[in-house]
Amino acid sequence: MRLRRRRRESSRLMPIKNQKDPGRGVFTRRALLFMAVQAGALGELAHKLYQLQIKDGDRYARMAASNRVSKRYLAPPRGRIVDRYGVALANNKENWRALLMPEETTDVSGTIERFSTIIPLDDRDRARIAREMRHQRRFIPVMLRDFLSWEEMARIELNAPSLPGVLIDVGTRRVYPEGELLAHLIGYVAPPNERDVARSALLALPGMRVGRAGVEQSQDEKLRGTAGSVEMEVNSVGRVMSELNRVEGVPGAEIGLTIDRGLQQKVLSRIGEQTASAVVMDCRNGEVLAMVSTPSFDPSLFDSGVSHAQWIEWTNNERTPLINKAVAGVYPPGSTFKPAVAMAGLQSGLFSPTDRVFCPGHLDVGGTRFHCWSRWGHGSVDLHQALKYSCDVYFYEMARRVGMDRIAETAHQFGLGTALDIELPHTRTGLIPTPTWRQAHHHHWNGGDTIVSGIGQGFVQVTPLQLATYTSRLATGRAVQPHLVRAMNGDLGPEATPEHWPELGMPDKYLAALRSGMFAVVNEQHGTAPKARLGLPGITMAGKTGSAQVRRVSRALRESGHFNSANLPWEYRPHALFICFAPYDAPRYAVSVVIEHGNTGADAAAPLARDIMTDTLLRDPVNHLTPPPESVATAETPDADTPPADTPE
Amino acid sequence: MKFHKRLLRAEPSFRLLSKLWSISWLYVLLICTLAGVGYVTLYSAGGGTPYPFAAPQAARFAVGLVLMITVAMLPPKMLVRIAGPLYVLSIILLVAVLHMGHVGKGAERWLMIGGLQVQPSEYAKVALVLALAAWFHRISYARMGNPLWLIPPAFLVLLPVVLVLKEPNLGTAVIIGGIGASMFFAAGMRLWLITLLLLPVPYLAKFAYAHLHDYQRARITTFLNPESDPLGAGYNIIQSKIALGSGGMWGQGYLHGSQGQLNFLPEKQTDFIFTMIAEEWGYVGAVTVIGLLLLLILGGMLMAIRSRNRFGRLVALGISMNFFLYCLVNLSMVMGAIPVGGVPLPLVSYGGSAMLNVMLGFGLLLSTWVHRDSRFRESENQDQA
Repeated sequence: MRLRRRRRESSRLMPIKNQKDPGRGVFTRRALLFMAVQAGALGELAHKLYQLQIKDGDRYARMAASNRVSKRYLAPPRGRIVDRYGVALANNKENWRALLMPEETTDVSGTIERFSTIIPLDDRDRARIAREMRHQRRFIPVMLRDFLSWEEMARIELNAPSLPGVLIDVGTRRVYPEGELLAHLIGYVAPPNERDVARSALLALPGMRVGRAGVEQSQDEKLRGTAGSVEMEVNSVGRVMSELNRVEGVPGAEIGLTIDRGLQQKVLSRIGEQTASAVVMDCRNGEVLAMVSTPSFDPSLFDSGVSHAQWIEWTNNERTPLINKAVAGVYPPGSTFKPAVAMAGLQSGLFSPTDRVFCPGHLDVGGTRFHCWSRWGHGSVDLHQALKYSCDVYFYEMARRVGMDRIAETAHQFGLGTALDIELPHTRTGLIPTPTWRQAHHHHWNGGDTIVSGIGQGFVQVTPLQLATYTSRLATGRAVQPHLVRAMNGDLGPEATPEHWPELGMPDKYLAALRSGMFAVVNEQHGTAPKARLGLPGITMAGKTGSAQVRRVSRALRESGHFNSANLPWEYRPHALFICFAPYDAPRYAVSVVIEHGNTGADAAAPLARDIMTDTLLRDPVNHLTPPPESVATAETPDADTPPADTPE
Repeated sequence: MKFHKRLLRAEPSFRLLSKLWSISWLYVLLICTLAGVGYVTLYSAGGGTPYPFAAPQAARFAVGLVLMITVAMLPPKMLVRIAGPLYVLSIILLVAVLHMGHVGKGAERWLMIGGLQVQPSEYAKVALVLALAAWFHRISYARMGNPLWLIPPAFLVLLPVVLVLKEPNLGTAVIIGGIGASMFFAAGMRLWLITLLLLPVPYLAKFAYAHLHDYQRARITTFLNPESDPLGAGYNIIQSKIALGSGGMWGQGYLHGSQGQLNFLPEKQTDFIFTMIAEEWGYVGAVTVIGLLLLLILGGMLMAIRSRNRFGRLVALGISMNFFLYCLVNLSMVMGAIPVGGVPLPLVSYGGSAMLNVMLGFGLLLSTWVHRDSRFRESENQDQA
């Protein structure tokens, strides 16, 4: 009975109106309203979801992919630099560094403190660590100390339990096994600065270095190589989850230089403590076999950062150790300029090799007296004698009559005062002055300027490398360009063959006349450089001395008769120069030597050039594919005890 | 045994077995289905393993299921009697959590009780539903016309709202307020009174805002618009939108959602679990889940309408409303429609307190269904045939 009644009443499950229970009717109506609102609200959310997932889906899917895939570049190893025989001159060496993984230690500052009790950290290190800590995410390691020695590394490993998060990592550093020997040529590398990174994103990779001098700088892009890349799936904090794709990079090219390391060493030891530069070239194709500039510096100091004190010491040194004097040192060529003037005279048609000039010891032009280096004069001299005695008056007269423009043109043909193709940065062009140049600088060109230019003084300025190039061109008649890079990854370029280089277009008879004059300088009696005679049987060399004044000698001093430049303070003494080539009958090597404030070319530069040429001829790097054994080469080096080959041609 | 006797004394015409039989097992199946969706998604959020999320959650669900069935057996008379003490307990817990609670990620605060993490704000919602239903059950529908009778229940609502706001947990406070308001409305609050109360609200808000200091206004602005902080909530919303969008129509495939699997998606096992579903199963999967949620909500509302006693009606409506508001706030949040956090998706999200309290709520809901035809009367209740 009771159950039936309940069933009947329960048939009205949804009483919208209930007279007996007004609260229930209201409740039902309002609850139905709520249900409509609920269904509507969730429907609206489903609609919004449709917009997000389907309509804008593509855009968000793209954002998702860029969220997920991270492309990283792999630093390629920098190419080696080797000499002509394959001896490494610049190499990559593994080095150890201590890193701290901040997320693996709970007490970062405590760990650093304990680390510093084992490996001392200076204030610079600490400041750098603090800076990196602020900028980097916790899973990217911070470098504590670079360039750890084996012993330091062992000490860290021993204390590893008290150094959580500290790990040892292997990086590479650039090493220069020859150090100071080739510092100016090879240059050095340094971490890239912000401007470098702006130019090439590759440089932002850790461990990348930029060449800052020498071949490292000029061949930087070839040495650098091509970066590899790896695409990785990363999570939201950038930690790598898996590797998707990897493209290996291309290591930098191995640059083979024309330099003979052994010869370079010999030249350096011949120069000794003098402030000088010397260039040895293969005069047939312009390969630079040795290029020395003293004093030098240790290039490895740059990789780890040069101290301020060291930098000040270098830049304030009057002997300029950081400057490669062979390409960036400019000197008045002095008498070494005379063959170029002579060629200008011969080519002008105003002079023939047999024309004579009388030298009374001076030349008066327009009220000014120009002195010959010999107070008594040389009498009547032709070209051969003028070169042999280095008679100034002959060349004063020649310059006066030929004119500066012709001299400058010929000098430029020889490579003097021009930009050479040498693969080195920071080279200087020097200067062959002309009236046009002088007037461009709002000065008047005097006749006297031409006359002093005739003996390579005044405004004339050249580099030792230009002198060597000039000598090579004189010896071969070809417009060879000096170059340092011989091979890339072992492949020789076309520059190695002499025929690659065009003829200068100077008549052979004139060149022969100049060579014979230069032969006389060294090998004939009363030549200016008897000290340059080679001690080798059957081989002779031709050369020209030069002494370049750095200060005008006053008349009063000259006439006092007590003038001797050797008594001057070092920085006022003339530069000593010598250029030469050998063998005379079939020129193969050209050498130029400039000794700063060496006083006279004949006494200082000529013997040095002779020694360098002797070493070169004995090693004969041009005709050897492997370096000669060091011990044999030194044993055979002749000295003053061998009788000079006094055989005039 | 004693408990059983008391149970029988309370409702002599029912046997426990017949009570169990009268539970809506279809509704229970629906609950289990959603919990199953949660398990499957948490398995994926754990990187394709049952740990650390899926297995513990399944264990909690099992406990919750037992709790739910047990509560479903309790008669409404007894529930009315314990509603007051339960409410007082919830307020004590809310005060306690303000003073000695632990702050987790986001804004949830929890207490450690016997090695368990308890979130009093979750429990407070259920307690409030019971307390309000008991109050409105005791006063007649006729008394709803007198505003004085509505003042005590208004305080019942305001107290937990203020306490939860202080935590601060805006999302839960809004839900508690919403539950209270919907129960006032459903209990038969007169329309004139509602209109009267709502009219001055815009003016009051304007007046109050005009009298705030600049720094207070700035605080409100950032409170309402956390997207101004791109590394905070703004970052989460952006990542959530990216994950939703990359799901497309059919999804990236189970266990293959890139944003979730790679941890771009923050709080993927709790607040943003729906995003994970939408990313891996696509729009189709996401709408299916929304449909299941709506079925649970509407089913609860139908149970409320069907109940013959005022208490049962209001409890069922409050619980359904709680579940609805939960879903609404969570889904709006993951779609970037509203800028609040700290509200999980009920039944699906990882978390013990929320799971147990949701199951407690469903237990009460099922209790009203089991006792849908009981007409018990308290004091002045005129609701008797």
